[in-house]
Amino acid sequence: MTEALSLARRILLEPYGLEFSHLDQVLGRILTTPVDLADIYLQFSRFESWVLEDGIVKEGAHSLEQGFGVRAVCGDKTGFAYSDVIEFAALMEAASKARAIARHATSAREAIAASASPRQLYPYVDPLQSLSAEDKVDLLCRLDKIARQSDPRVEQVIVSLAGSFEVILIVTQDGALQADVRPLVRLNVNVIMTHRGRREQGSAGGGGRTDYQFFLENQRAEGYVAEAVHQAQVNLEAAPAPAGTLTVVLGSGWPGVLLHEAIGHGLEGDFNRKGTSAFSGRIGEKVASSLCTVVDDGTLPGQRGSLNLDDEGTPTQRTVLIEGGILKNYMQDRMNAHLMGTLSTGNGRRESYAYPPLPRMTNTYLLPGEYSPEEIIASVDKGLYAKNFGGGQVDITSGKFVFSACEAYWIENGRIAYPVKGATLIGNGPEVLTRVSMVGNDLCLDPGVGTCGKEGQSVPVGVGQPTLRVDGLTVGGTLT
Amino acid sequence: MESIAAKLAMLQDQVARVLALAKKRGASAAEAGAHLDEGLSVSARLGEAESIEYHRDQKLAITVYMGQRKGSASTSDLSPTSLEETVEAACAIARFANEDRYAGLPDPEKLAWEPPDLDLYHPWEIDPDQALERAIECEAEALQFDPQIVNSEGATLTSHHGIRVLGNTHGFLHGYPASRHSLSCVVVGRRGEEMQRDHWYTVARDSKELESPACCGRKAAERTIARLGARPLNTRTCPVIYAAEVATSLIGHFLAAIRGGNLYRQASFLLDSLERQVFPEFVHIHEEPHLRKGLGSAPYDSEGVATYPHDLVQNGKVKSYILGTYSARKLGLVTTGNAGGVHNVLVDPGPLDFQDLIREMGTGLVVTELIGHGVNLVTGDYSRGAVGFWVENGEIQHPVEEITIAANLKKMFHELLAIGRDVDRRGNIQTGSIWLSNMTVAGSPLKH
Repeated sequence: MTEALSLARRILLEPYGLEFSHLDQVLGRILTTPVDLADIYLQFSRFESWVLEDGIVKEGAHSLEQGFGVRAVCGDKTGFAYSDVIEFAALMEAASKARAIARHATSAREAIAASASPRQLYPYVDPLQSLSAEDKVDLLCRLDKIARQSDPRVEQVIVSLAGSFEVILIVTQDGALQADVRPLVRLNVNVIMTHRGRREQGSAGGGGRTDYQFFLENQRAEGYVAEAVHQAQVNLEAAPAPAGTLTVVLGSGWPGVLLHEAIGHGLEGDFNRKGTSAFSGRIGEKVASSLCTVVDDGTLPGQRGSLNLDDEGTPTQRTVLIEGGILKNYMQDRMNAHLMGTLSTGNGRRESYAYPPLPRMTNTYLLPGEYSPEEIIASVDKGLYAKNFGGGQVDITSGKFVFSACEAYWIENGRIAYPVKGATLIGNGPEVLTRVSMVGNDLCLDPGVGTCGKEGQSVPVGVGQPTLRVDGLTVGGTLT
Repeated sequence: MESIAAKLAMLQDQVARVLALAKKRGASAAEAGAHLDEGLSVSARLGEAESIEYHRDQKLAITVYMGQRKGSASTSDLSPTSLEETVEAACAIARFANEDRYAGLPDPEKLAWEPPDLDLYHPWEIDPDQALERAIECEAEALQFDPQIVNSEGATLTSHHGIRVLGNTHGFLHGYPASRHSLSCVVVGRRGEEMQRDHWYTVARDSKELESPACCGRKAAERTIARLGARPLNTRTCPVIYAAEVATSLIGHFLAAIRGGNLYRQASFLLDSLERQVFPEFVHIHEEPHLRKGLGSAPYDSEGVATYPHDLVQNGKVKSYILGTYSARKLGLVTTGNAGGVHNVLVDPGPLDFQDLIREMGTGLVVTELIGHGVNLVTGDYSRGAVGFWVENGEIQHPVEEITIAANLKKMFHELLAIGRDVDRRGNIQTGSIWLSNMTVAGSPLKH
């Protein structure tokens, strides 16, 4: 038995008097009806957060969650029941409810058995235990001091530290039994600065599937502070942003949220199976300039969006979405893959046991090109350099997407002239990458801050890109 | 099935037990809340069942104070072992947190010792088959509305009911049941290469007050069809009407800017705005927490402080901030019963309906959907993606998309021109359409 599987048994089954054989019986109950897919998902999670503001660590919170979800899928129909009470009777009742979606006859089945463990992308650690409570408090207080010392105009500092430890156990209809242990940490710094009656903020952070030591290595935590302070300083000097369609240079790293919104969501299997995406039926078509190759890769060690296996037990993989501008693949979970006659790409994810899986992104990024960021900026006569962003959103049917800059500069004659206020940028997903005219050689992934929402479910994701030049994107400033 | 009274007693018992545990472990004060929610969610797509989901959620959360130090913890497992572990986790945090002289329970005289019954509990005895029938009827009405409706994201009916219990070491221990039901529909229209989707929903405490499935489906279809033929605008400055269903977001930004937490953090563009003129004189906004069957109604806030009806804005001036005990103490003020948020914020309607507003505006933009997060509460800078209609000669000319609208919220509030009487009653914030003076519309002169 794998290390993850024995840990899952110890945490998710033993305390409730359950054995693997009980799960076999629950699976048997679901499979008394013919279904295309079925799974039992058990989850334990422990989460904590510590928050500093006004120079003191005011509070911390700790939460324990555990429960299971049982799902049966017949064609495009899903039956799903969940409970936060892990006990045999509740599992059996949920199995009966879930299978009611399929109403006739019985199907053959196999007994459950542990299946081979995929590669391990992150350590099986409980990050909450990786630092003592005193050290957590000290870290936050130290960051507060650094922020205040770095610029006397800093008026408010909010630092939050969060960590979670999850253990999951999945049984699928073919009897495969799999487990995963998933650590995740996050540190965020937000500063507010006042100068001559103007008030601006800056924020930065990072994290990944690791423990709190991550923040102590290579002065990472101090780096977030410097970044947040810098952003607020820039914004204090910023002029109103322009309004209209402009040449835009997008920064590397987190600005990859552009790909996530403009392309990523529209390539999720469910929308394409239903034909409601602006990308539906367009595999093989040119949807980007030939400079663009975009992948979704859940196998990057330690990244926030990475998983050893997805929430349906499929090992994650590197899926090429767009290659040289041509649309190649959608991202699939098991149900939508089955209905579209293809295989899951390991993108079946769920917020927790209380939600059924959906096709979701992992780490989505655009591969590097040949130009240095300086060359790209130098190529622009007049335009916007959007160095960093907040969040974004997309309407997958019309293809229209937005994202908001939080650090931006006006470019004049190939040089950065002055900072401008954050503005929302809007574009059309299937079109925007066709206007990419230069791709940088500075690919980097975001520092580990992304959370994606879909149908009320939040999951951690990663994004990335090199510096990009886009010839024509609508910038929503106030200056006409 | 256990009676609601038995479940209420069970949760009250658990809350009392963890409060006692906290005391035993050395907490000087504590507050605990628990909830248990159950429900059903059924979706139909293209005339057939798509999913049937059964929901059951429970959680218990405790906050402990060791003098002026605070710690919180929660658990979804209500077994004695987990409850012990949770209380210990909260105490462990409190032992290491810094002293905060503003931390603590509300003053006892502020608590809702005799909470009113607000008639919030109307469980719906509906089985999955009956629920499916309604969802199918709703979607069918949308699908047959127009041949350009070619696809669907389906219709979903949800029905939830549950109990909420709150207690603290002042001896406060109350709970009440509540229900919530909704029906929603999303359909897709196509004209040539263009695809658009839109939706409609209806929500109520009592299922008898939901719009009919046919009505909900028809509105979803009407809205989707109206969006076909959308194009961007050139960049310009023009007046903007926020349709009632998106006007609530503007009021939401105002509420966020006068929320105690944002004020004491200096993270608001409305610092020191009490008694200041933020809106024109004709604007009145008030909170009515005790509306019977109200979607946002609550007898007390998340700390047990009695809620009460009061003005937030009168004659355009800010009359009250939105405060819980902690933020009130930080600001040297008194709690307004808003720990955890607001309860039914109502904007007084004006004399004009939606069509009148459009006619009065003459030329400008009507916004029916907003996307993105481009709202900076620290500065009031506002820039969001928008979808809607272009208006000329007092009439809608064509649908609009791929534009942004931008201005500063301070100016937008100050130069608000009119509020409609077409109030959207489906939420915790209720307002008619809002007509604003000039905003910057950024669009594209290219193609289409």
